[in-house]
Amino acid sequence: MSTHPEQSNDDGSKLHPEPVAHDDDAMLRDGRRLDHAEAASKPLRSRPEEQPRGAKIRGNRPVDQVEAAARFIAAPEHEKMHDERLWDLRQKRDQEMHGIPEWEELRTLASAIKEHTLTHLDEYLEQFEANARSNGIHVHWARDAAEHNRIVHGILSDHGAKSLIKSKSMLTEECGFRPYMASVGIEVIETDLGERIQQLDNENPSHVVVPAVHKLRTDVAEVFARTLGTDPGNSDVHYLAEAQREANRPLILAADAGMTGANFVVAETGSFVVCTNEGNADLSANVPKLHIASIGIEKLIPRLGDLAVFIRLLSRSALGSPITQYTSHFRGPRAGGELHVVLVDNGRSERLGMAEFWTSLKCIRCGACMNTCPVYRRSGGLSYGATYSGPIGLIIDPTFNARKYSNLPFASTLNGSCSNVCPVKINIHEQIYAWRRELVNQHEVPLAKKIAMKAAGALLSRPAAYRAAIAAAHVALAHLPRFVIYNRLNAWGKHREVPHPPKQTFHSWYKANRGGNHE
Amino acid sequence: MRIGLFIPCYIDAFFPEVGIATLKLLERLGHEVVYPRDQTCCGQPMANAGFNAECADTEALFVRNFSGFDYVVAPSGSCVHHVRDNFDAIEQTPEVKEVRARTYELVEFLHDILKVDAFPWARFPHRVGLHNSCGTLRQLKHARPSELHEPFYSKPMDLLSKVEGIEFVTPARPDECCGFGGTFSVFEEAVSAKMGYDKVSDHARAGAEYIVSADMSCLMHQQGCAERIGVPIKFIHIAQILNGASA
Repeated sequence: MSTHPEQSNDDGSKLHPEPVAHDDDAMLRDGRRLDHAEAASKPLRSRPEEQPRGAKIRGNRPVDQVEAAARFIAAPEHEKMHDERLWDLRQKRDQEMHGIPEWEELRTLASAIKEHTLTHLDEYLEQFEANARSNGIHVHWARDAAEHNRIVHGILSDHGAKSLIKSKSMLTEECGFRPYMASVGIEVIETDLGERIQQLDNENPSHVVVPAVHKLRTDVAEVFARTLGTDPGNSDVHYLAEAQREANRPLILAADAGMTGANFVVAETGSFVVCTNEGNADLSANVPKLHIASIGIEKLIPRLGDLAVFIRLLSRSALGSPITQYTSHFRGPRAGGELHVVLVDNGRSERLGMAEFWTSLKCIRCGACMNTCPVYRRSGGLSYGATYSGPIGLIIDPTFNARKYSNLPFASTLNGSCSNVCPVKINIHEQIYAWRRELVNQHEVPLAKKIAMKAAGALLSRPAAYRAAIAAAHVALAHLPRFVIYNRLNAWGKHREVPHPPKQTFHSWYKANRGGNHE
Repeated sequence: MRIGLFIPCYIDAFFPEVGIATLKLLERLGHEVVYPRDQTCCGQPMANAGFNAECADTEALFVRNFSGFDYVVAPSGSCVHHVRDNFDAIEQTPEVKEVRARTYELVEFLHDILKVDAFPWARFPHRVGLHNSCGTLRQLKHARPSELHEPFYSKPMDLLSKVEGIEFVTPARPDECCGFGGTFSVFEEAVSAKMGYDKVSDHARAGAEYIVSADMSCLMHQQGCAERIGVPIKFIHIAQILNGASA
């Protein structure tokens, strides 16, 4: 076997738009920045490629993921960076996997722990609540997004809090938390760098772990110039990161309250665990006296001993690193402080009752399925127009709104790579397939598709009609002028050549050559 | 052994040489092969689009055509995956279950059932990149997918290694999906085509003269992509190489 000649050049990190782990290397001993070529070089062209925006949201109408994905592909610098950056994460994940001989056993164990917990969720939730209360944590229950937002607002009002620093949380995205807080006059400051970029750009996170991964550094420079007053021509990653830090740290120090999510909630100890790489959740939790944690009820695990299974899988699956930089345990309020936990359902109980889809609740939000998904990498997370994008989004989003997200389960080739990388063994691609059936049953697919499929079913079950149609298609492909075949209506031919029709079909060859031998 | 030959619709219409190679190869190995004339399709196009009820008549026709054979063999992994794993629009009578269980994709049939250990007539002195379609790789388990921590194995590679003169090249992303995906290729054509461009370019960079696969549907898509962006690479089905095609 020959090796791939370009492998040595296949370093996705060269296209990395965000500060990377090697940043410390760039600092010289005397404190000056090393002015290395990658950080300092500027593109020769005058204007950087504009960032493609996400799907157009039109109320409850089905999100057109295809249209948004086509625009993402039409921005080749963004598409290439995004694809290579996430593929790099997938490769790093593979390397970590190969370092753990019992990897597949760990996945099986993690899946079993989650399935056990979910099938005894009521017991574990009550156990957590009792233990958390005895640890001095205030526990609240929220049926849906609106109740969550009201509860948090109530806690903040009780303390006269006007500003809130928070770490990244997909649950709060689900709840539309930031717009709600804006409407009641409370300032929210995101502390995760990527999420802060997205907040400043008034854009949703495009990925559950790396929320601004779809942005080039020139996009970040544009956002910061507009919102923080940085030099619009300077897209040096150190410059941008420091400018953001300078702007954000005073807000963090002055905040009245802090909010985190949780990666895992331990029933037996009444404690919860937050994993980050930036330590920003620790700022949110520890700087202000008031700490509120918003947690989806599916985050439960029974025992502290179970945690190790998930900690070993989480960051390896997500980023291909052995562990997150910070794995912080919260068991009770600090001296003089208050700790509130809001346990949020928001559709989870209903999902738990869906025979084909309940195991999607096992998800630990590592994003491995997104990193490996060839469609996601080429579409960008914002093309899905939903809180959750990529493969896991395809099976979770329709549980919130089957009509609005009815196109999403079709944004997949059903290749199955997502299920194989999933650390808790969710059969993602099988659930995507099941959602297609479900959406057809609920009449949430376009009429044109329905007509085409009915016609296909009728034709393919009638051998004589089918033979006649094949013959006609052959004649058409062989004799039609090129402009008729390659037009806007022919989705196959827009970006591809059509197959060359052979002189005869297999069927007619067989008839001519093996006429006697048939059934 | 009496084998029912299932030639999927797109192979019948566009790639008769693949059907002919499959037929001749199985006959060469000493088996009686019958091609039921009334066959059309397995129902997969409708099923993958979510229209399961629309598959019922097609699935019933498939069972009528292929009942009673020792084995049903098709040179197409995704069709066999449909028959074996998703073929449930019709009542699951013993006859239906029997047909489903006896249906095999060509590579696994040669490798697991016939256990063919030599193709003395086959010689293919070319550099080839192997494309495992996602259906054969992750559903029929032709080979170890790169995501899993399992010992390496590859049934198509085992078979092709017995062909004189063949040389394999390895693309940077050996088992990334090529973007065909059945109806995905037309409903999501921009992403589909981009995936195809990336796939054929990856194989070309690795030095492949040919991309070989057990799934002609992927190759039909890849060929369309390669021709559009001008990547000079050729495509061939594994049945053709194993049956002794020289180029």
